[in-house]
Amino acid sequence: MYGTGLIKGLGITMKNLVMPSRMFTLNQYPDRKVSLIELAKMNDTNAFSLALKKPGTAVKALVGMVSVPDRMPQHGRFRGEEFSWYEQRCTGCASCAKYCPLGIIRIVTHPSGAEEQVPEGDKYSIDVFDIDIGRCMFCGLCVEACPYDALHMGSGFEEGKYRRHDLVISKQMLNESPKKPSLWFRPQIEGKGYHPHRHDDIPWQEAGRHERPTVEQQEERWTER
Amino acid sequence: MIDFSQTGILSFHGIYSLFALFLPGWLAYAATCGVLAFIVINAMVLSTALYTWFERRTIGRFQSRLGPNRWGPFGLLQPFADVIKLIVKEDTTPATADKIVFALSPVVLFAPTVLTIAVIPFGENTFLGRLNVGVLFLIGVTSINTIAVLAAGFASRNKYAMLGSMRGVAMLCSYEVPMALAIVGVVLIANSLSLYDIVQAQSVPFLLVQPLGFLVFMAAASAEMSRTPFDQIEAESELGAGYHTEYSGMKFAIFQLAEFMAPIVTSIIAVALFFGGTRGFDPIPGQLWFVIKVVIVLFALLWVRATWPRLRIDQIMAFAWKGLFVFALLNIFVIAIQVMLFQDSDGQISMRGLWTMAAVNWLITIAAIFLMFNVLGGRKLERPVPQPSPLANMYAPRD
Repeated sequence: MYGTGLIKGLGITMKNLVMPSRMFTLNQYPDRKVSLIELAKMNDTNAFSLALKKPGTAVKALVGMVSVPDRMPQHGRFRGEEFSWYEQRCTGCASCAKYCPLGIIRIVTHPSGAEEQVPEGDKYSIDVFDIDIGRCMFCGLCVEACPYDALHMGSGFEEGKYRRHDLVISKQMLNESPKKPSLWFRPQIEGKGYHPHRHDDIPWQEAGRHERPTVEQQEERWTER
Repeated sequence: MIDFSQTGILSFHGIYSLFALFLPGWLAYAATCGVLAFIVINAMVLSTALYTWFERRTIGRFQSRLGPNRWGPFGLLQPFADVIKLIVKEDTTPATADKIVFALSPVVLFAPTVLTIAVIPFGENTFLGRLNVGVLFLIGVTSINTIAVLAAGFASRNKYAMLGSMRGVAMLCSYEVPMALAIVGVVLIANSLSLYDIVQAQSVPFLLVQPLGFLVFMAAASAEMSRTPFDQIEAESELGAGYHTEYSGMKFAIFQLAEFMAPIVTSIIAVALFFGGTRGFDPIPGQLWFVIKVVIVLFALLWVRATWPRLRIDQIMAFAWKGLFVFALLNIFVIAIQVMLFQDSDGQISMRGLWTMAAVNWLITIAAIFLMFNVLGGRKLERPVPQPSPLANMYAPRD
């Protein structure tokens, strides 16, 4: 019969209205309003004791004014912005710059004075290390090319800027940024059970595939050759 | 001088006597009118703001999403944020536009929407004017928006705006007819054109007495305010934005205001005509009954809007002339016969008569809709089998 489809449609929308469980929007970026009960659960109390302890917060939660940050949980191998770069591991070989298909990595080095140590190969000290994130396509070839595991993909995704030139990240910004490397192409980090979204920064000693040889070991190897 | 104990401060006489203390009579009268108009218009605008929030949130829930929820508790301040954004925006006028008409048409759309409030009885003693031809006034004033839509589309010199307004005018003109005819049924029973008398006559809500008329009225009214499933005027997927494609800034805001005020006004009219207006049982005052009923009708309109898709323009016109027009005429015919049978010498119909009419009319409504859907509507139209054009295949041998 004509018209039954219309009634059926009305039924479906009404079901959506009365059953909040049909809502499929789970994550609300960047923060989410929480109800009083939910807030109490987060603080490991019940709603009543929370209301007694912090009446202001409870009233705020009742009118829907309390929000908690809510980010979409990413996979550990998510290739984000904010490259994680360890200056201590970098030798200035410029493999990353060579392999970058877009040529957006600019690296300027000079030979470091090798008075106190003789590094394996030669350690260059880095003057400039710029990555133009605005043109980066996150292919990760620079990370694959890095022989000393100095450069890692980052795990963040909130790098919005107002100016185009702000998207060029310099050596200083790379040094200051949180060291939370993505697990992409870095099985050694993943093998340690590290997750960039759950754990803290990982130090440069643990980010590599192998231990950095000591000066004695290096000298030994030199002699073996 | 009128004493304040008899009249409320916010009543006409209360304000008038305040002004009359230091103003001559005619000036005090004008000032009182101005104050009341200010209050009513601002109340309407504020309730529209609240209604936009309500609509967006409710439709969000209907469609399994959230709606505005960021600004203020539960997103309540969203309308104000929207208005501020629109005020700050640049107000552009196309170079080839008809400047005067372009600037005027938002106002022409907005003014009649507010004007309708003048004759609505919100309560036993709460109304602006007890006009004895209130229904006529309503029908006349609400038709003005056709002109505004045409003017806006014509003035902006944009083909999408022009197409949208042409469609809109065709649609609005068509739906005026069934809407007016549906109201005729109400007027027949109430034996008066005054909205106050119509409310008084509804010892049984006219929704029950003439369901067919109610359905026709609601369908035609939702077309009149150009909402889904009849939002052909601003079919987003086909026309950009319809007649207000070229508008921005405050003019666009006024268009939106009028557009969102239309459902409120429509449900107010529907409540006054079909839901018994201010009538209800005792502990709740009549004004509150009115508001409750308006919210219920608004919710029903939202429900329909959230669910049903838009019709094609030819389907819409066919629905007006082949469906609603017939139903409305049938409704008038039936109601006229019943009124002739049940009316007493004063022109009133007793409660018992109304209930009898209700029983008969429900049967007639169900039968009519069933007949329309299954017998008349179910008939397949004869359509010629499509023939390929002889021009289509240039290499085919000609005979």
